[in-house]
Amino acid sequence: MDLKGRLLFASTLCGWLLTPMSAAALDVKIGYIHWVPDQGPVLSNVTPEPEDAGLRGAELGIADNNATGRFLDQNYSLESAMASDQDAAMAALDDMLEAGIELFVTRVPADTVRAMAKQAGDKALMFNAGASDDDLRISECQPNVLHTIPSYAMLTDALAQWLTMRRWKEVLLITGPTDQDKAWAEAFRRASKRFGLEIMADKAWTFDSDLRRTASKELPAFTQAGDYDAVVVADVRGDFGEYVPFNTWLPRPVVGTQGMGPEAWHRVIEAWGAAQLQNRFRELAGREMNSEDYAAWAAVRSVGTAVTALSNAGHSAVREHLFSEDFQLAAFKGRKLTYRPWNGQLRQPIPLVHPQGLVATPPLEGFLHPESELDTLGYDKPESDCRIN
Amino acid sequence: MINLFKIAALAAAVGLSSPALAGLAYVSNEKDNTLSVIDTDTLEVVDTIEVGARPRGILLSKDHTKLYICASDDDTVQVMDLATRKIIDTLPSGEDPEQFALHPNNRHLYIANEDDAIVTVVDVQTKDVLAQIDVGVEPEGMAVSPDGKWAVNTSETSSMLHWINTETFEIEKNTVVGQRPRHVEFTKDSKIAWASAEIGGTVHIFDVDTIEEIKQIDFQIKGVPQDRVQPVGIQLTSDGKHAFVALGPSNHVAVVDTQTYEVLEYLLVGARVWQLALDKDEKFLYTTNGVSGDVSVIDVEELKVIKSIKVGRYPWGVVIDPTS
Repeated sequence: MDLKGRLLFASTLCGWLLTPMSAAALDVKIGYIHWVPDQGPVLSNVTPEPEDAGLRGAELGIADNNATGRFLDQNYSLESAMASDQDAAMAALDDMLEAGIELFVTRVPADTVRAMAKQAGDKALMFNAGASDDDLRISECQPNVLHTIPSYAMLTDALAQWLTMRRWKEVLLITGPTDQDKAWAEAFRRASKRFGLEIMADKAWTFDSDLRRTASKELPAFTQAGDYDAVVVADVRGDFGEYVPFNTWLPRPVVGTQGMGPEAWHRVIEAWGAAQLQNRFRELAGREMNSEDYAAWAAVRSVGTAVTALSNAGHSAVREHLFSEDFQLAAFKGRKLTYRPWNGQLRQPIPLVHPQGLVATPPLEGFLHPESELDTLGYDKPESDCRIN
Repeated sequence: MINLFKIAALAAAVGLSSPALAGLAYVSNEKDNTLSVIDTDTLEVVDTIEVGARPRGILLSKDHTKLYICASDDDTVQVMDLATRKIIDTLPSGEDPEQFALHPNNRHLYIANEDDAIVTVVDVQTKDVLAQIDVGVEPEGMAVSPDGKWAVNTSETSSMLHWINTETFEIEKNTVVGQRPRHVEFTKDSKIAWASAEIGGTVHIFDVDTIEEIKQIDFQIKGVPQDRVQPVGIQLTSDGKHAFVALGPSNHVAVVDTQTYEVLEYLLVGARVWQLALDKDEKFLYTTNGVSGDVSVIDVEELKVIKSIKVGRYPWGVVIDPTS
């Protein structure tokens, strides 16, 4: 029996087994696995990221799904695991697969996403709501992994569109030492070529002194690099970047991972009904919703939207629906969101925010695309080697 | 002295608004906490009235003496006396009221409480809460059929219409429509209901007797990306000929033939067009344009936009007093 035949057989069997129950209720269980490696000590007094960032978004998604589901006799629940290392995360996945869960939301690093995708094989559909690495979208795509967190390329393309629109085309790029910093900076270099920016100087941050004492001395000297229009910082964990604004040699704005930059979500977003989502989240979590929460919420809501349409929560039926013409996710960003069929990335506008306000929401007007303006952000089909459908 | 002057100015304004002189349109400005009053003869703003926080849905009492205002962030419905333009009362509304609809009995007010996923029914005379009905996530649109039988609520995140029996206050049916349903409008004979789905980009037509969808309308505007075409407000002419559908950030209003459901025309208005209102004679259609902060006036006969009127920030709802 070929794979398709087997799938058909399996779904027929499930359908038969469920028939007496399905008239009464459909139980949809979603697994949430969370593992964030220790980021190490940082120099700045940054507000630490909430430890449950992601989890709370998934919980809100479940609540939203159930509010709809109760009219359709669908009951959603979340099985969550907060793991302390990759082994624990993998063990949690095994346990949940064993328990029959076939829909997962993960907030884990890219390596763990790869391992989990392999482990789950054709038994599950996974939503990556934590890893922004571009490799997962251009060369190492997995048919069973969708991405609700924007890639670094989407984030930096949004920033580059805006810099182009403002005509601040000559920039100084400062990159931190971590792999994530380098991945972010690499994405920005690509974006700068795509949108016609010039990186006048490309500097690696190597200092390890405590900038609270010396920022005013170190950074002006470090940022002498010709007459740039803006400084772009790639410091994903927030080590030194907070010290760059107001300490540059020239009086120039600072953008990127600090200052003003791209986010999947931020508390200042309120248009398109977002105020309601923010209120619901605040009530549930007692804090503000961030990008990781949003990505997990969008994943759970994608499942809910598909199950509402299908009255079926099997992972292959859900996957098929998510890539179909009929699927659209209403996700408070002013447009319907859909998944890119070649790599499973959720298309979405990328807000540019500073801590107290929204600056713009790319894709910006004038950046055109034959299919969807949203595909001006991130790796487009011809630029990606992936064909997961 | 200053106070005296204010009173005199107010008196003058009230005098101007006396029914014999001019038709009046009321516009709620969500981000200004005000209502703009537009003279429908001169098409100019003649007054700006301070109201509660984040005013959104507004409607007239059936006798046209009062205006009800959803003051969303004050968690209340305010009652404004139209003769004096003063807030004379508030109604218990539940949290975050967004849109509402008044039953033909002029007493039962159906209020969508967006943050709480309920519909609250209030008797506007006794101020009693008659019922609180659980609905889907982010209830938004509210409509009561002209024959008074049905109250329909749209829940934006659940993408459903909830059909509430107005005798029992219970949901009789839930129908799934396109993503983010925003608004429902009944035909005058209560036989057909129109519902817009903002993110779905569709309008769904329901046969009210069977509560079955009989038609779905899609919209395509040349040169506008499809995901900017987002239907919100709907108005139907009473002659049964035309429907007007506000299409949000596409900045257009669609004109639909209500017999064939064909889209006849797309009219360019202000930015992010939200809600619509027809005047008494149905000669002019008023649109609130949230982002550009203005109201466009459309000549219904000519199907042409004849004027845009600057109002407050984020104009949301619009009603026209037919007695004025």
